[in-house]
Amino acid sequence: MSGAILDPRTAPTFPMAAKMAMGDLQLRQNVRHATDVIRAKRAQVVNEMPDWQELREAGKKIRQHTMEHLDYYLQEFEANCTHAGGVVHWARDAEEARHIIVQLVKASGSSEVIKIKSMTTEEIQLNPALEAAGIHPFETDLAELIIQLGQDRPSHIVVPALHKNRHQIREIFQREMDLPELGERPQDLADAARIFLREKFLRVKTGVSGANFLIAETGGVCVVESEGNGRMCLTLPDTLITVAGIDKVLPRFQDLEVMLQLLPRSATGERMNPYNSIWTGVHAGDGPRAFHVVLMDNARTVVLADPEGRQTLHCIRCAACQNACPVYTQTGGHAYGSVYAGPIGAILTPQLQEMHHAQSLPYASSLCGACYEVCPVKINIPEVLIHLRNKVVKQNTAGFAGLFDVEAGAMKAMAMIFRSERRFRAAQRLGRIAERPIVDKEGWIGWLPGLLGGWTQSRDLQEMPKETFRDWWKKRDADDQ
Amino acid sequence: MHEEIALRVALFIACYNDTLFPETGKAVVRVLERLGHTVEFPAGQTCCGQMHYNTGYQAEAMPLLERFVAQFKHAEAVVVPSSSCVAMMRDHYPKMADQIGKLSLTVEVEKLLPRVFEFSEFLTKRLGLEDVGAYYPHRVTYHASCHGLRNLMLGDGPIRLLKAVRGIDLVEIDDSEQCCGFGGTFAMKNVEVSSAMLAEKVAAVLNTKAQACTACDNSCLMHVQGALHRQRTGVKTLHLAEILAGEERSTL
Repeated sequence: MSGAILDPRTAPTFPMAAKMAMGDLQLRQNVRHATDVIRAKRAQVVNEMPDWQELREAGKKIRQHTMEHLDYYLQEFEANCTHAGGVVHWARDAEEARHIIVQLVKASGSSEVIKIKSMTTEEIQLNPALEAAGIHPFETDLAELIIQLGQDRPSHIVVPALHKNRHQIREIFQREMDLPELGERPQDLADAARIFLREKFLRVKTGVSGANFLIAETGGVCVVESEGNGRMCLTLPDTLITVAGIDKVLPRFQDLEVMLQLLPRSATGERMNPYNSIWTGVHAGDGPRAFHVVLMDNARTVVLADPEGRQTLHCIRCAACQNACPVYTQTGGHAYGSVYAGPIGAILTPQLQEMHHAQSLPYASSLCGACYEVCPVKINIPEVLIHLRNKVVKQNTAGFAGLFDVEAGAMKAMAMIFRSERRFRAAQRLGRIAERPIVDKEGWIGWLPGLLGGWTQSRDLQEMPKETFRDWWKKRDADDQ
Repeated sequence: MHEEIALRVALFIACYNDTLFPETGKAVVRVLERLGHTVEFPAGQTCCGQMHYNTGYQAEAMPLLERFVAQFKHAEAVVVPSSSCVAMMRDHYPKMADQIGKLSLTVEVEKLLPRVFEFSEFLTKRLGLEDVGAYYPHRVTYHASCHGLRNLMLGDGPIRLLKAVRGIDLVEIDDSEQCCGFGGTFAMKNVEVSSAMLAEKVAAVLNTKAQACTACDNSCLMHVQGALHRQRTGVKTLHLAEILAGEERSTL
């Protein structure tokens, strides 16, 4: 097995997991360092673009249009991909997708696969399914290789091993590649990975990839990457199997003009990805002889059905929101209990779980809006977070048990107070009386009970002033007359 | 003085300012009156509904929208010394009014919102002012609250107002676009992360050697102040309006 799995169905709540993660100071330093570096690079290459805001708007429009006509574009993709010699498979959920892929690998006659970095394969937990079927997957992306060899879990969409520093990576390589003398310079580590992987590239006859984009107009598939390992996986094997969420489709080839400007600058702070691969079906004497695409729903149509949540599907997985998020940069990705961490994970994961799990994630945000500001396709993440919070509240307050929800009770009481000036004044007076026993001599509160106790874990609170503003105003008004 | 026609300004103080930070309201009144405007305080006002809405209690926020509109629909201009409340109104009121489904309410919200201003925004954008005749002889740093920065696009408006204050020693804070970690109920639901974010903000404030940290939102300031006091730093927080209300003869 390739380490513990990030599964929203069994993950602890975000506050609990965050507390644990934040105790790991090495992890926090690694996450902070990596996100600071990527963020600075992104800012530099974004600021040099005079039309960045127009590009974002164009990106948003393309994604919005695609989602409004998703059925049409998926069928167009299927027809064009099939025409070009590809075989299109449809998977309702993760289980169907895994089953199809395992059968295809078996049919290819190989007991090994080389893999391109793909969050979709992480989402559906493909590697354990392959292993259970006696098929050995080799991750070929450097970061994914580190994760696989270290029996670890991805913590970032673009840089899955960003929580590890090079000393930790060296230890993993020394142990797993049996290289006790390995140095710790980046070059040493890259050389070790290159030698380790080259042998796999030349031997393994079946490749598995995800997709950055599916192009409906041509039936082509696009993958962008930085290392070139993907290019190897796309060209050397006899059989290539691509699995993609149905949200990955783009209408036209020309839409890449917008997306391939937005994505690399947002993701890695590069003006262009070092490797941009686009392939369409099969071609005699060039690349894989058999090509399959598994188009997977896995709750995406459920997300699409919700008018307020569906902009989540516009995501192009650049992870700029993760790097910009003041919550993610404190906790790292594992605390989110899902392969999709950070702000986008906080809205995508609970929706992919059809709100049955991961209900604490929509609250894992101060709503500061840094994610929305950097999103290349202008997903209003704070707006969706608030929408999902409403769904969580509706779940928690439904039925008989909802009557005993402490937070909901307090919120409803507050709302009732705010609906009347008289009750609001009375509550202000009552508050001054109620706080008396816990106010110290200097007029500060250092301890609060119950749900409010979270506040006083790290902050004091000043006592309420003797006079509210409205009392002062009333007196002043009276004095004037 | 200046040539702006005197306005009748309705003050929406915000529930927490009313209860916890009355000095901010008094300062707003002082600044606006000093500039020659008339201030009104519709007595039936309570809360904009932000806390309920952002925590997921949308249904509870709906009547508060209706209440706000009823109280302020005839105002010439509404001034709110709380950037997050204004963001709540601008970002969510139109959609909420649609959901309530009364056409008259939707129309009233549409007509009212362009007349609602965050306090610093009212001075810089509505009145076109930078110098409001204030005096505040202290070292100050400005915290750009997220809602003011990203939702209201206040830009350098508050900074320009502060720079025009006589006697002030204004110091820029590092990582000025970073959230303080308040986020309403986030501060209690995610104490650990919120506290870590706050620790960084407090360090940045202390790094400026300022005597006071100011902002356009007392909710962020309450959060920062909570830690500044817990750590006995001796640094205080105060709303931008309280600095702009300072006058040479009344101070010292």
